Amino acid sequence: MKCKKGLTNDVLIFNSVGFLLVLIFGLMCAIPFYLIFISSFASEGSLIRNGFRFIPDEFSLEGYQWVFRNPMRVLYAYRNTICVTVVGTACSIFLCTVTGYVLSRKDFPWRNGFSLFFFFTTLFNGGLVPWYILCTRYLGFKNSYIALILPLMFSVWNMVIAKNYMKSIPFDIAESAKVDGANDLLIYFKLILPLCKPLIATLGLFSALAYWNDWYNSMLFITDSDKQSLQYFLHEMLSTVQALKQLASAGNQEAITNAVIPQDSMRMAMTCVTIGPIIFLYPLIQKYFVKGLTIGAVKG
Amino acid sequence: MPIKTGRLRKFLYDVMKNKLLLLMLVPAVVYVVIFSYIPMSGIIMAFKKFNYTDGIFGSPWNGLDNFRFLYISGKLWTLTRNTMLYNIAFIMVGLVLQVGFAVIINELRLRRFKRVMQSFMFLPYFISWVVVVTVVRVVFGYENGVLTQLLDAAGLARLNIYVDPRPWPFLLVLMNAWKSTGYGMIVYLAAVSGIDPGMYEAAEIDGANIWTRTFRITIPSLLPTIIIMVLLAVGQIFRGDFGMFYQLIGNNGVLLEVGDIIDLYVYRSMASSSNIGMASATGLYQSVLCFITITATNWLVKRFEPDYSLF
Repeated sequence: MKCKKGLTNDVLIFNSVGFLLVLIFGLMCAIPFYLIFISSFASEGSLIRNGFRFIPDEFSLEGYQWVFRNPMRVLYAYRNTICVTVVGTACSIFLCTVTGYVLSRKDFPWRNGFSLFFFFTTLFNGGLVPWYILCTRYLGFKNSYIALILPLMFSVWNMVIAKNYMKSIPFDIAESAKVDGANDLLIYFKLILPLCKPLIATLGLFSALAYWNDWYNSMLFITDSDKQSLQYFLHEMLSTVQALKQLASAGNQEAITNAVIPQDSMRMAMTCVTIGPIIFLYPLIQKYFVKGLTIGAVKG
Repeated sequence: MPIKTGRLRKFLYDVMKNKLLLLMLVPAVVYVVIFSYIPMSGIIMAFKKFNYTDGIFGSPWNGLDNFRFLYISGKLWTLTRNTMLYNIAFIMVGLVLQVGFAVIINELRLRRFKRVMQSFMFLPYFISWVVVVTVVRVVFGYENGVLTQLLDAAGLARLNIYVDPRPWPFLLVLMNAWKSTGYGMIVYLAAVSGIDPGMYEAAEIDGANIWTRTFRITIPSLLPTIIIMVLLAVGQIFRGDFGMFYQLIGNNGVLLEVGDIIDLYVYRSMASSSNIGMASATGLYQSVLCFITITATNWLVKRFEPDYSLF
């Protein structure tokens, strides 16, 4: 791409200024994560006295101990989020790729009509209120796991990414398989999907992130604390001391005062507990991610 | 008549030939009908005095009353302006950072450094806005945040972001850029790597320095991508990022002075239950506004550069 020869003045200046800018922004992105992580192992006293520091004065596990004092609620939230993420992501990948595949088939006579039918929903929608009323009054979403899975299951954008990616697969493959007597469903499962690993990884990452990070649907539909998602649980912990107290004292009738609770270290520990698994997903998928995304990003 | 039956026969023949493909479309079609098209009919709620017992279709009509109350409340203009201005700021800052960093990273020569920094920039994309609340607390928190420590060390007055609305427009733009730059950059990086290397070689032979190469080759080559990304964002200019604003501003009355957007207002009116009619009127207003902007931007682009239009 670039000529590697001379390190001329302009290249030198560009590189050093660029180096600085990238370094500053990169550190700005990473440092808060480090601070949260290290502070989750700090004692509450040191956080109050000295604030969040790169190396806390006093290490302690009290944040984690308090979060897991009565572990059931955290574990329920974990279970809910993991189940919803796994089921939802699988369904979402299937739904987006199967629809994208049909619409990418050149010999499907109504592909433009159906594309418009899907695309129109991104231009106009009925707004939050009718959707909410439909979900609660007519579809029975209140306190149901369905409410955490269905709303995030299909996205027209992901479907368009799938469609564009599959357009790049030569049509001859499907055609010759058809001549050999394979039906469309078989072609999709046996021939097309195996060629779409980068696409599946990309859509899987999008979906898994959306499910893992979802608190909105829990806020709208779930009042039963055993069915909440992890992020909504964290949201409650972050927004009120009351919720922290409830978590600490749940089950046994202790009176716990605000002063006793290590608020900050508990919040840091709780944050670490919720982001851990999803951060580890990136290196696994990185290989496919850029490829899948960029092929899908081409307009069409 | 024979033509008509011919057409019908062709149609039926097509259906039979493609029955499996049609069947494969059924789940998504059903989904979109239920979650997008049926709620569209719910826009009639904007013209009704809604109550839960009678439901969407049973509730009595009240004409334009919801819109009149909305207008009288005087909130409409502030909400619309906030939503629009924040989105404009997000789009502009985001564009500069994303394109800028994509160009820089492409030219930088230190491979390992680049890879590490790119992963760092990508980190914030992986977390929810709930976690960003913790980040804000750690960095800007009044009692013991990093900013407070720095201000104390410099002997300056502390900044209490939870009661002072002034820094928030800046903070919101900052947090948005923080969260989305690493991800937004990828699209531009991909576009940069697609530029014909021959152009750079030819430019180098002609004596172009790195600045000329950047502004005469790289940026112009990125223009189609930039236009599409901006167009997509402009179409959503009246749709605020609910998750971000709800988590960072929430129900904090003082901060709402500078950070209230349409989506927050709709949610608040709906959650308080008494204002369902007004909430749906606001929602309809927003949907119509969005529809108009996206159609208008697309029409404009189509007029000047048909290749860049969305539809």
